[in-house]
Amino acid sequence: MNFLSLFVLVPVLMMGGLFLSKNLKQIRLVVATGASLLLALAVGLVFAYLGERAAGNAAEMLFTAKCLWYAPLNIYYSVGVDGISVAMLLLSAIIVFTGVLASWKMEFLEKEFFLWFCLLSTGVFGFFISLDLFTMFMYYEIALIPMYLLIGVWGSGRKEYSAMKLTLMLMAGSALLLLGILGIYFLSGESSMNILEIARGHIPGQAQHWLFPLVFVGFGVLGALFPFHTWSPDGHASAPTAVSMLHAGVLMKLGGYGCFRVAIFLMPEAANDLAWIFIILTGISVVYGAYSAIVQTDLKYINAYSSVSHCGLVLFAILMLNQTAMNGAILQMLSHGLMTALFFALIGMIYGRTHTRDIREMGGLMKVMPFLGVCYVIAGLASLGLPGLSGFVAEMTIFVGSFIHEDVFHRVFTIIACTSIVITAVYILRVVGKILHGKIADHHLSLQDANWYERASTIVLILAIAGIGLAPLWLSDMISDSLLPIIQNAKL
Amino acid sequence: MEYTLFIVLLPFLSFLFLGLVGKRLTPRAAGYTGTIVLAISACLSYIAAWNYFTTAKVNGVFEKLTPVNFTWLNFTEKLHIDLGVLLDPIAVMMLVVITTVSLMVHLYSIGYMHGERGFQRYYAFLSLFTFSMLGLVVATNIFQMYIFWELVGVSSYLLIGFYYTKPEAVAASKKAFIVTRFADLGFLVGILLLSFYTGTFDFERLTSGDASLFAGMEGISFMGCSVISWAMALIFMGGAGKSAMFPLHVWLPDAMEGPTPVSALIHAATMVVAGVYLVARLFPVYYLEAPDVLVLVAIVGAVTSLFAAVVACVQTDIKRVLAFSTISQIGFMMVGLGVSGMEGHEGLGYMASMFHLFTHAMFKALLFLGAGAIIHAVHSNEMANMGGLRKYLPVTHLTFLVACLAIAGIPPFSGFFSKDEILAATFHFSPALGTMMSFTAGLTAFYMFRLYYRIFWNKASHHDHAPREASASMTTPLIFLAAVTLVAGFIPFGKFVTSDSAEYIIHLDWTVAAASVAIAVIAIGIATLFYRGESTIPDRLAASFRGLYAAACKRFYLDELYLFITKKIIFNGISRPVAWFDRHVVDGTMNGFATLSQRISYSIRGFQSGQLQQYVAVILLGALLITVLVLFT
Repeated sequence: MNFLSLFVLVPVLMMGGLFLSKNLKQIRLVVATGASLLLALAVGLVFAYLGERAAGNAAEMLFTAKCLWYAPLNIYYSVGVDGISVAMLLLSAIIVFTGVLASWKMEFLEKEFFLWFCLLSTGVFGFFISLDLFTMFMYYEIALIPMYLLIGVWGSGRKEYSAMKLTLMLMAGSALLLLGILGIYFLSGESSMNILEIARGHIPGQAQHWLFPLVFVGFGVLGALFPFHTWSPDGHASAPTAVSMLHAGVLMKLGGYGCFRVAIFLMPEAANDLAWIFIILTGISVVYGAYSAIVQTDLKYINAYSSVSHCGLVLFAILMLNQTAMNGAILQMLSHGLMTALFFALIGMIYGRTHTRDIREMGGLMKVMPFLGVCYVIAGLASLGLPGLSGFVAEMTIFVGSFIHEDVFHRVFTIIACTSIVITAVYILRVVGKILHGKIADHHLSLQDANWYERASTIVLILAIAGIGLAPLWLSDMISDSLLPIIQNAKL
Repeated sequence: MEYTLFIVLLPFLSFLFLGLVGKRLTPRAAGYTGTIVLAISACLSYIAAWNYFTTAKVNGVFEKLTPVNFTWLNFTEKLHIDLGVLLDPIAVMMLVVITTVSLMVHLYSIGYMHGERGFQRYYAFLSLFTFSMLGLVVATNIFQMYIFWELVGVSSYLLIGFYYTKPEAVAASKKAFIVTRFADLGFLVGILLLSFYTGTFDFERLTSGDASLFAGMEGISFMGCSVISWAMALIFMGGAGKSAMFPLHVWLPDAMEGPTPVSALIHAATMVVAGVYLVARLFPVYYLEAPDVLVLVAIVGAVTSLFAAVVACVQTDIKRVLAFSTISQIGFMMVGLGVSGMEGHEGLGYMASMFHLFTHAMFKALLFLGAGAIIHAVHSNEMANMGGLRKYLPVTHLTFLVACLAIAGIPPFSGFFSKDEILAATFHFSPALGTMMSFTAGLTAFYMFRLYYRIFWNKASHHDHAPREASASMTTPLIFLAAVTLVAGFIPFGKFVTSDSAEYIIHLDWTVAAASVAIAVIAIGIATLFYRGESTIPDRLAASFRGLYAAACKRFYLDELYLFITKKIIFNGISRPVAWFDRHVVDGTMNGFATLSQRISYSIRGFQSGQLQQYVAVILLGALLITVLVLFT
């Protein structure tokens, strides 16, 4: 049995355990054990991976395994990881772990909530370990569908509307994607669904030109590509805390990862020719998301738009098609995942106390909840790219990488994207100034600071953010090495 | 000299310690921890300075040493961010300045911040700031400088907003961060441009005078200026933001909302000279590759200097006067760099600028700490609530007077020597600019003595209880800094810090010196006449120049301009429409699709009526249609 398959097996077992558990205590025991196990597995995988590489194993993917699943279309259950998927698995495990802690106290239907939560995790982990296009797509769908119920049932505000909108838009993206995958299968001439095998061959240029937009937009919807991002503000605003965390933290990364692993890797020529269209769109995303965030009054909307801006930067950097910028894109996915998860966790905790997310109704909260306040400031500083936290590393790698592109067009857009660092500072400081500083309302004076599970959840995230920010070299090198095959493929 | 790493690292450790476990400590313990750690750091920098200046000379020129350097992040084979320690005369001088002033401020704060809420947090932030500033000055490459540049920005933000329940402090901290961030955008783009063409971030390579490095930028121009000029101008923009150069100075006067020792450390002595330091660090590049930008530096410096001096003449908040005075003095330093050449006598401006940076740090920190002692005694920042304090605060009075004489440029106080050399270099460059700077120097003497007389002389205002001199932890730094100010002018600065690192013997230009002393004395005389006792002349003058007076009081409406840009243009003019567009147009389209498909399904659902007759009729009709099509085509 392959080591990687454990990442899928553990959430499935957790679902079994949940099914059998009788009370809240048992539910908590199951999810906490499962989530810790996943985190341990992910950390173990990082060491195992680095160990293999240090031992000189230069294969493109490590820990591979495959088994035939559906012969007529050559669909295999095929797994394997490179530095990029290892990083994404680690991110997912951290978010799942902290998400479980953040939803330690559910209001109702705990068992069902965690069942769907585990199914969602199965999809996420399965997606990152898959090397087979169809299996990957299947996991992608497994991750999307629970979202509908999680938001629709456990959400707040206009939850039915948001859940429906999110699902429909993402499903529309999947439709494009399925078309693209089938196109790749039939036109590549390899009769294979395996990404590595397709990449070794060559999809005809003509076919690439219409397949690339399908796949890129299909995944891009999930990566908040302008103008297909509008599910995100409503979706995030209505989702319960842990779901927002998982959604913004990991699920949106599925989009970026897919764009990169499928669209760019398999269709480099089209990527080269059509990149300018998407660079314009993502460039708009970056600046537009940031400007939109400035005037929002709902904490979750601010973060949702901020995510549009930051995830825009991910897709923007991928399209630069050079090693440094792509490395930055992957780092940005990690960094954004961690800090948005932290943001949503904190917003959930603040909302649980003040029962409002409207920044005009809060103020001076630093005084009564210093721990949460400090964490919020740290998250904000990470978001505006303070050195020593993860955002800086990612953004600077992207900017330097994009700027060394030989085309003036790309460099001009890089400068435009750079302006977002100022706008980001504006909306982050606005929120911090409004909700944490200033005078506190009298009815907020009796609020309590974070309790143990909330502290644990935020501390793990902050440690990860600061860890990447202080010592980025190992991570960046690990990703960089794995980018080589993709770069070589892109320079056909 | 690997131990120099600890000069930087120790304050960081102190920050971590105080930040994580500070709450468990008593305020006293936290204050002493911070102060002692900094004292060690300061001692190490004195040792480093001694070692460096006695041993690092090779063939009469100070070498650049890099005792520590490691790769922190790789971008490409050529571009990578290193972290390390670079020692050269200006870096070593800055280490001494920063640790000295910071140590004085740490010590002073034990008394000044006594009993404040968040005392431990305050010391943690001070350590963080000191760490960042030290990291900035020893940077081995421009990206390391940018990293610490951002870190000092954030520590400044945290310290300005220290009294976070006060709305003015919150607004001021936000303003400071955003304005400097805007300038940093220029800095970043400048770095990107420079590194794109030269393929390096490394200071040693950039400043080696190797013209082949910049060969790639030749012939490329944009809007009439060469690319290298653009890059260097953008980098200067970053420096202008941090150093509060016109028109990016708007944040500095507001930053006075922070605790007064913080103003002394960050907004007078160290962080605000980072821009000057940046230009000095890249001076060979400016001088050899972009001399046009150097002229820009001089002009911006001169305009800022004059502008700030005029505004300082009419402010009534003593910290605001000092803030504008700081802006004006940094303008002097910029002018010094802008008019300088390289090597020997041509490099006088560079040397003078660094000398002024050194002396200014000492006497301006002294002025701010003195102001803190005054505010501590009378619980107000306004001149109107002061007057006649010389009887109550003898130590503060004398040390403040020393600093005022120094900044006014009276020999033998330190400011005389450094400012005079800047003036001499400026006259050498352009007599017109020199005249303008001499006039500004006269204004400086005037407003400083206006401040001095209105605080310590004049009629005493009513106090509930008699103001008392501060405790020893506050007066010791005052006395120490006053002593430094008295002797610093006699340091043979040209032996240590020059544009080409070779020794240069300073010769006072006596015509310039005599003229500037005469101007200073006259200005002090006028101030004495106006403000020593009761006088109606200032009011009458204000009435006859009403327009100028009102504009100066309002700081020439630049803050209104800042508000207009942020509130009206960015907030209401761009963000609101963008957000509206997103909700109504982009999202509206998506909702439109949903509505459209709903409409269509409503209209075609009639086909699925369940009525057998209708189905049969449709089937027959279809069959007929197909038959017709098959038969006739």
